[in-house]
Amino acid sequence: MEALLDNAGPLLQGLLTTLWIAAVSGVGALVLGVLVAAARVSPVPVLRGVAFGYVQLFLNVPLLALLVLFVFALPDVGLLMPLTTTVVVVLVVYEAAYVAEAVRSGVNTVPLGQAEAARALGLTFLQSLRLVVLPQAVRAVVQPLGNVLIALVMNTALAAAVGVVELTSATNKVNLVEAQPIPIFAGAGVLYMLVALTIGLLSGVVERRVAIVR
Amino acid sequence: MAAMITVSAVNKYFGDLHVLRDIDLEIAPREVVVVVGPSGSGKSTLCRCLNRLETIDSGHIEIDGRPLPEEGSELARLRSEVGMVFQSFNLFGHRTVLENLVMAPVAVRKVPKAVARDRALELLDRVGLAGKADALPAQLSGGQQQRAAIARALAMEPKVMLFDEPTSALDPELVSGVLDVMADLAAEGMTMVVVTHEMGFARRVADRVVFMDAGEVVEQSTPAEFFAGARTERARSFLSKVLAH
Repeated sequence: MEALLDNAGPLLQGLLTTLWIAAVSGVGALVLGVLVAAARVSPVPVLRGVAFGYVQLFLNVPLLALLVLFVFALPDVGLLMPLTTTVVVVLVVYEAAYVAEAVRSGVNTVPLGQAEAARALGLTFLQSLRLVVLPQAVRAVVQPLGNVLIALVMNTALAAAVGVVELTSATNKVNLVEAQPIPIFAGAGVLYMLVALTIGLLSGVVERRVAIVR
Repeated sequence: MAAMITVSAVNKYFGDLHVLRDIDLEIAPREVVVVVGPSGSGKSTLCRCLNRLETIDSGHIEIDGRPLPEEGSELARLRSEVGMVFQSFNLFGHRTVLENLVMAPVAVRKVPKAVARDRALELLDRVGLAGKADALPAQLSGGQQQRAAIARALAMEPKVMLFDEPTSALDPELVSGVLDVMADLAAEGMTMVVVTHEMGFARRVADRVVFMDAGEVVEQSTPAEFFAGARTERARSFLSKVLAH
C-alpha cells in the first residue's frame, strides 16, 4: 500500500493520460463509427462496399499490430506524428469499426415505416438518416456503445507497448523501482475497473433517459 | 381540367406475383377516390406506387402533370407535395408530436422554425390534439397518433393526400375520430386517394369508388351506384361479404 501512496503522483499522471487518450479517441470513434454505419446502410453500392471493407479490415487485424504498424512503419514513408497522436488515430480508426457494427445493429431495430414516413414527407436519404433513422438507431444501442468505450479504455493499455506513458506503462515504471508487483498492479487494476464501472453506469443512465417507447 | 394524378398502363410484380395489372386511373383535382377490394387485391400497392414508395415495372404515373422522377432530390421534392398516411401511423418515436409536425417543413421547405411551429399548433388544434403537442407518440392512443400523422402530412401543405388503410390498425371506437378528420379534409377540397375497408366512409365521402381485385381495377363508379348495384359479380360478392356484418 505504501508503495502505491508514495507513487500516487506518477500513477495518477498515467491515469490522466489514459483518460485523455480514451476520451479523445472515444469521441473520434463515435463520430467516425456513425459515419461508417451510415455508409454501410446507404443506397450507394460503392459507399456500402468501402464501409464493409473498412469494418472487416479493422475487426480482423489485432490492435497491437496496427499500433506497431502506425508507430514504426508510417515514419518510414515520411508520415511522422507525435506518439500520443498516433495512438489516438489508431484507436479512433480501430474502435470506429466496432462502433459502426453496434450502430448498424441499431439501424436494424428501427421499423421500416419510420424511414418510409420520412421519405414520404420529402426528406432526402441523408435527411431521413440524420433526423429519423440514426437518432433512433443510436438510442437503441447506448449500452453496446458503452461496452465499446469500456473496451477502448482497456485497449489504451496497448499504447504502453509503443512507448506512451499511460497508466499501464506508469505502473510498470513504478514497479521497476519498488519491486512490489502485486499491490502496484492491483492498484492500477482497481483504477481501470473504476473507469469501466463509471462508463457502464453512465451508459445505463443515458440508455434509460433516451429509450424510445413504441 | 388536367388530372391531379394520372396512372396509365401500370404493371407491377412481386417476384412471380403480378400485383398490378394494366392499371389506368385518372384523379381530378379536389376529387376523393376511395379504393376498396379484398386483401391482396393490390390496392395498398397501388397507393404506395403513387409516391414511388414502391416502384412500378411498366407504365406511367404523373402527379400534377409531372412524371414521377427517379429516386433522388427531384423525387423528394415531389413527395413533399404528396401527403401520405400509413396504416401503422409511423410517427417518429424519438420526437414529440409537435416536433413530428415541424421536422419536414423546416428540413425540406426551409420554413422558419417559429412559423412551422405556429402552423403545427394550428393543425394539431384542427385534428383535436391541441393539448398533445409535447407528448411523445407512444403516449397517445392509436386514433390520436393517426390524427397526428394526418396533421404531420398536412404540415407540408400537400396537393394530394394518400391514405393507406388509415383505420385498419385502430380499435373500433377510435376509427370515427380519424374518419371525421378525413371527411373534413375532403369537404375542404383536398384531392384524396383513400384505401380503406370503411364502406360507410366510402358511401358518405367518396366522389368515386374504385373496386380492385387480383391486381385489376374491376370497376369504378359513384358510391351511390356502387353500393346500390355493383356491375360485376366480383364486386357484388365482395360487397356481400363486407356488408353482411
